[in-house]
Amino acid sequence: MVMTDPDPKAFAAGCAATLVVVAGIWLGSRGLKHFDPALAWYAIGSALAAFAVGYRFTLWAQRPPSRMYFKRGLQLLARRRFKFPISSFKNETPAVSGFDASTFQRLNTSAASLPALTLGRSLASDFVAQDFILHRSIYRWVMHLCLSGGCTLAFAVTFPLVFGWVHFEPSNGHAEMYRVLLFGFDVDAVHVQSVKARLLFNALNISAALVLIGLLMAATRRVTNAGERATQTFLEDLLPLLLIFAVTATGLMLTVSYKFMAGRGHSTIAGAHFISVIALLFHIPFGKLFHMFQRTCSLCVSLYKQTGETGPRARCLRCEKDYASQMHVSDLKLVLDQLGFDYRFALSPGEIHYQDICPACRRRMLALNHGRAVGR
Amino acid sequence: MTSNHEFFIDPSRCIGCQACVQACGECETHRGVPMIHLDYVERAAGVQTAPVVCMHCEDPTCARVCPADAIKQDDRGVVLSAARPRCIACSNCVLACPFGVPKMQVRYDLMMKCDLCYDRTSAGRKPMCAAVCPSGALFFGPREDIEKSRREKPVNEFQFGRQRVRTKVNIMTAPDNDVLSIDIADFLPRETPDMHPRPGARPGAPDAADAAIWNEWNSGPAELATAPE
Repeated sequence: MVMTDPDPKAFAAGCAATLVVVAGIWLGSRGLKHFDPALAWYAIGSALAAFAVGYRFTLWAQRPPSRMYFKRGLQLLARRRFKFPISSFKNETPAVSGFDASTFQRLNTSAASLPALTLGRSLASDFVAQDFILHRSIYRWVMHLCLSGGCTLAFAVTFPLVFGWVHFEPSNGHAEMYRVLLFGFDVDAVHVQSVKARLLFNALNISAALVLIGLLMAATRRVTNAGERATQTFLEDLLPLLLIFAVTATGLMLTVSYKFMAGRGHSTIAGAHFISVIALLFHIPFGKLFHMFQRTCSLCVSLYKQTGETGPRARCLRCEKDYASQMHVSDLKLVLDQLGFDYRFALSPGEIHYQDICPACRRRMLALNHGRAVGR
Repeated sequence: MTSNHEFFIDPSRCIGCQACVQACGECETHRGVPMIHLDYVERAAGVQTAPVVCMHCEDPTCARVCPADAIKQDDRGVVLSAARPRCIACSNCVLACPFGVPKMQVRYDLMMKCDLCYDRTSAGRKPMCAAVCPSGALFFGPREDIEKSRREKPVNEFQFGRQRVRTKVNIMTAPDNDVLSIDIADFLPRETPDMHPRPGARPGAPDAADAAIWNEWNSGPAELATAPE
């Protein structure tokens, strides 16, 4: 393995993420007043995992294609005007098409519909309803909702508890009433026998049940679907499922231990649960589960697509058909340059970038050039 | 995959029968959705067809422009279709591929492309398209076999302008060629739609480009495989 120097920006972002978690713990628990020392190692693990996620996210977001989408997404969201070249040819060469090589198309983003609305719609559709998975397969949609819903619920319960943001106190003068305190403020009171209290105290068991359903469906698919069986790998596809299963199973075993086994083996199970949770948290930035952070880029893509549909269009130099937004084609040329690809053809005079030929004509170019090479 | 088996394409042998398109849809990794492209080159002028599968580049442009790390390459050099959880349907790969291979499935918000029938080739069987191709335009087998039986020579290097691309899939070309250079000037229309000369296009282009481009200009290209870009 080649060791590379740490990326300064990513390192700074990782440190910032850790600082945010530490500050969140300090402030949210009122100077550690409500912090539960029994959960200290979980808190330390979370702070370190925040560093890893921040580091990995920044490293990824700096790559030319993701950086371009984030940059454009922010510009569109802020309704800032930006420019991109519409010429198919390099600026320093004479214009050889109908475009004026020296001009830049200014895209008036305010002409597009409300970016915040598009963003909100995309959030609801991609992150909450996840309907893009529904279109692919109902089975996978249910499976993914169970997994993501169960995990989200579990995180929503455990992080506030671990960070000391939420805690419960017995109500004065009423032994069966509990006060719920959020950031040290009274927000609710529940009777221990009430349905609300049972749901609250069993939230992690409910989330575990949801996750187990999702895991069962995922495992069935991984075993029975020939396509998945062919392409899946242990590290990419199976390890995340195993880690989630380990967390869920050990978590449920804790409930079983104190409810039905008089606490037998509780400390051993708690140790196993801690190890599995930390392993899962540290796996997130480096494996398949990182897609939950990468999906944020899809919000920028939604804005980008919407703007592209209403803005100037790119027409293929060969068939003259509209095949993409000009903004996309121009931005992709920049991205390709940044990645070290140069698909420019020198002509006399000027240059043509292969991006200005549509994908269908590129396939025809292959056949035409092949035909000429073999003399047919 | 049998280790010495490779994929070879010879578009000049294609008879446009669509057997590959039908068979491709049977592949388990993308069942029901054919990934091979089979386009008429210039339908109005002739019946020449162009079958195109993923060429599985050594340094795949599609994977490098993917903002979500969705396109992976396995240790045999097969460039896989977009990973479903990661793909954000941005179409960067569709636009960037020099061979025009990836297909954006708008309904699924997902890019899909030929993965060399991963379920089959990883188990030592032929890809579906090569298994059914009746004319040998798509061939999967040992290099020695095709070198013995064809007068063309397999190459896996392409020159797109200043960009050299090496691929896992081979294309049959003239025996004296080591690289298939893609020329575009000879295959561009000589005039812009408003009838101004297009200096980039050279006079003296081959007939195939000449007549057909103008026919296509009026009628638009016909496609056998109708999946949207």
